[in-house]
Amino acid sequence: MKKAMRPAKREQLLGTLYSFPMGIWFTVFFTVPLAIIILYSFMKRGLYGGVEKAFTLEAYRQMINPSFAKVLVRTLWISMLSTILCVLIAIPVGYAMAKSRHQTLLLFLIIIPFWTNSLIRIYAWISILSTEGFLNSLLIRLGIVKEGLHLIYNNGSVILVLVYMYLPFAILPLFTTIDKFDFFLLDAARDLGATKLESIVKVMFPNIKSGLSTAFIFTFIPIFGAYTVPLLVGGKDSTMIGNIIVDQVSKTRNWPLASAFSMILTLVSLIGVFWMLASAQKEATGKKQNTLQAYEQKVKAHHGRSRR
Amino acid sequence: MSVTIKQGEFFSLLGPSGCGKTTLLRIIAGFDYPDHGRVLFDNKDILPIPPDKRQSNTIFQTYALFPHLTVYENIAFPLRLRKLGKDEIDERVKHYVHMVQLDDHLYKKPSMLSGGQKQRVAIARALINEPSVLLLDEPLSALDAKLRQNLLVELDDIHDKVGITFIYVTHDQSEALGVSDRIAVMDKGKILQIGTPYEIYEAPATRFVAQFIGETNIFSCTVLSCEPFENEYMIVVDVPALGTTINVTDLEPQEVGSEFDFTVRPEKIRITLNPPRSTAAGLNVFKGVVEEPVYSGFQSKYYVKLDDIPTAPLMKAFKQHTVFLEDGPDIEWKDSVYLSWTAVDGYLVKDVDR
Repeated sequence: MKKAMRPAKREQLLGTLYSFPMGIWFTVFFTVPLAIIILYSFMKRGLYGGVEKAFTLEAYRQMINPSFAKVLVRTLWISMLSTILCVLIAIPVGYAMAKSRHQTLLLFLIIIPFWTNSLIRIYAWISILSTEGFLNSLLIRLGIVKEGLHLIYNNGSVILVLVYMYLPFAILPLFTTIDKFDFFLLDAARDLGATKLESIVKVMFPNIKSGLSTAFIFTFIPIFGAYTVPLLVGGKDSTMIGNIIVDQVSKTRNWPLASAFSMILTLVSLIGVFWMLASAQKEATGKKQNTLQAYEQKVKAHHGRSRR
Repeated sequence: MSVTIKQGEFFSLLGPSGCGKTTLLRIIAGFDYPDHGRVLFDNKDILPIPPDKRQSNTIFQTYALFPHLTVYENIAFPLRLRKLGKDEIDERVKHYVHMVQLDDHLYKKPSMLSGGQKQRVAIARALINEPSVLLLDEPLSALDAKLRQNLLVELDDIHDKVGITFIYVTHDQSEALGVSDRIAVMDKGKILQIGTPYEIYEAPATRFVAQFIGETNIFSCTVLSCEPFENEYMIVVDVPALGTTINVTDLEPQEVGSEFDFTVRPEKIRITLNPPRSTAAGLNVFKGVVEEPVYSGFQSKYYVKLDDIPTAPLMKAFKQHTVFLEDGPDIEWKDSVYLSWTAVDGYLVKDVDR
């Protein structure tokens, strides 16, 4: 009689089986398209769009261009600023939600915008911010300004709408980590002589680090690739990488160049993902006993002077 | 209500969960603010002072150690906030770490420590600022019984060493009785009695205190007569639950007809197979059958059903085993026994809770 398979082994096999549909889905709709983009970025530009089957670094050479560099720099600072604003707003919001008795309701309110098409939400902002829009007519009626202010079609409006669009991506991970945070630690810090601010910076922040990095990555990556927001509420000096890619595909018909720019987006996302994996890994192994010695050594080196 | 806690005292707030003892502690620490009332320290109102400026430190029930810091860094935390020099911090941390015997665990994170070790870190961290008052919020409740006993003795030891005021919140009466100089028994936000452990146990002020501290037999009663007896008064009370009268002494004369609760501790009741030979004045004797003997090594607890009174509650009588029990306890299940106690052993309490 044959021995039955060990349960652990069976489970492993089943796990592999279960992951097949997901694996196929990711291969067909993610890995293959990404591979195509990588390939295209190294090919020759087709005359009427598309590519010719010939290896060249032409696309990457074209990227080295002051006007593209300007857009890249702008994309970087707009994304950075919007992300930082998102996280800064999300920290107190997450804190308030974790402390609130109406968590479910607040979560619901945060998720509601996801059910509305993003274009509609951007157009709502246009009707609020435009020269004859809601905000300006309110200001005029209140007598604060004489004529409409230019609130839209500049970098400011792009940042405002980006922060609005991606704020939930920062709030949700921060809320979940703050919710798990032991608020008695703040009492303890106060008790031991920390001011309110010190207790938050020195005790709360280190303990919600994973939430902070997740919030940062979750907002930075989509904002870095933003396309509709700068297109609809930005001025002529608000173009971001996303807009260049679309232009290269649909107007200039330079597919290799569009692919090369996409590679930048992919690279940024990959760095973010690896950062997140690395910090998750660190958190997991940090708790294990076997890293204790290495850790002790590190701290001992740190306290070396006083240990003598 | 008003409590005055003396300098250097080991003072316990004892009560069931939800009685307000932790809230009182949090008010003293500065985490909560009372609707009205004052908290004076050296005759100065400290309510307007934020917790970080008060001269008290707290040991929390859940330890509240900072998980991102090592044992060393946790204990050094208050000193680093005060920006003390590195060498001074090191010296003081080592001193307190040694006091709580954690020298070998300096560079571990709290998650690698056992419950008892975590508690020691919390103690060292709370003491390193050299506070005038140490507040302890059920510090041992998360530990197992053996460890609790050891740490309790250690806490008492530390109290002797540092000589500061300890305010200790607990729901465990044996902890409170064992280490406190004085105890305040609390219930429903009120302090019912303040006294030494001995006073609280032997002379409870109310029915609640008598029942909450230790075990006791307690019955409602009415005073039938009251006469001087030596330095005290011999009082005869009618106990409807037992269908008879009981003799009890009291320091004060009590008015005939006034209502009390009569209480007698189970260990004060003598349980014998033969009728008691004592001739003490006002000896109370009952006859009954052992309904449930509970042997627990050093003593046996007997739950006795009284004869003639089928509705009477079971009487509790504890017997210490002071000699070698070669053939097991002499009193066993279904034995007919005599319960007896002198009038001095009983006690009248006012039922203010009702």
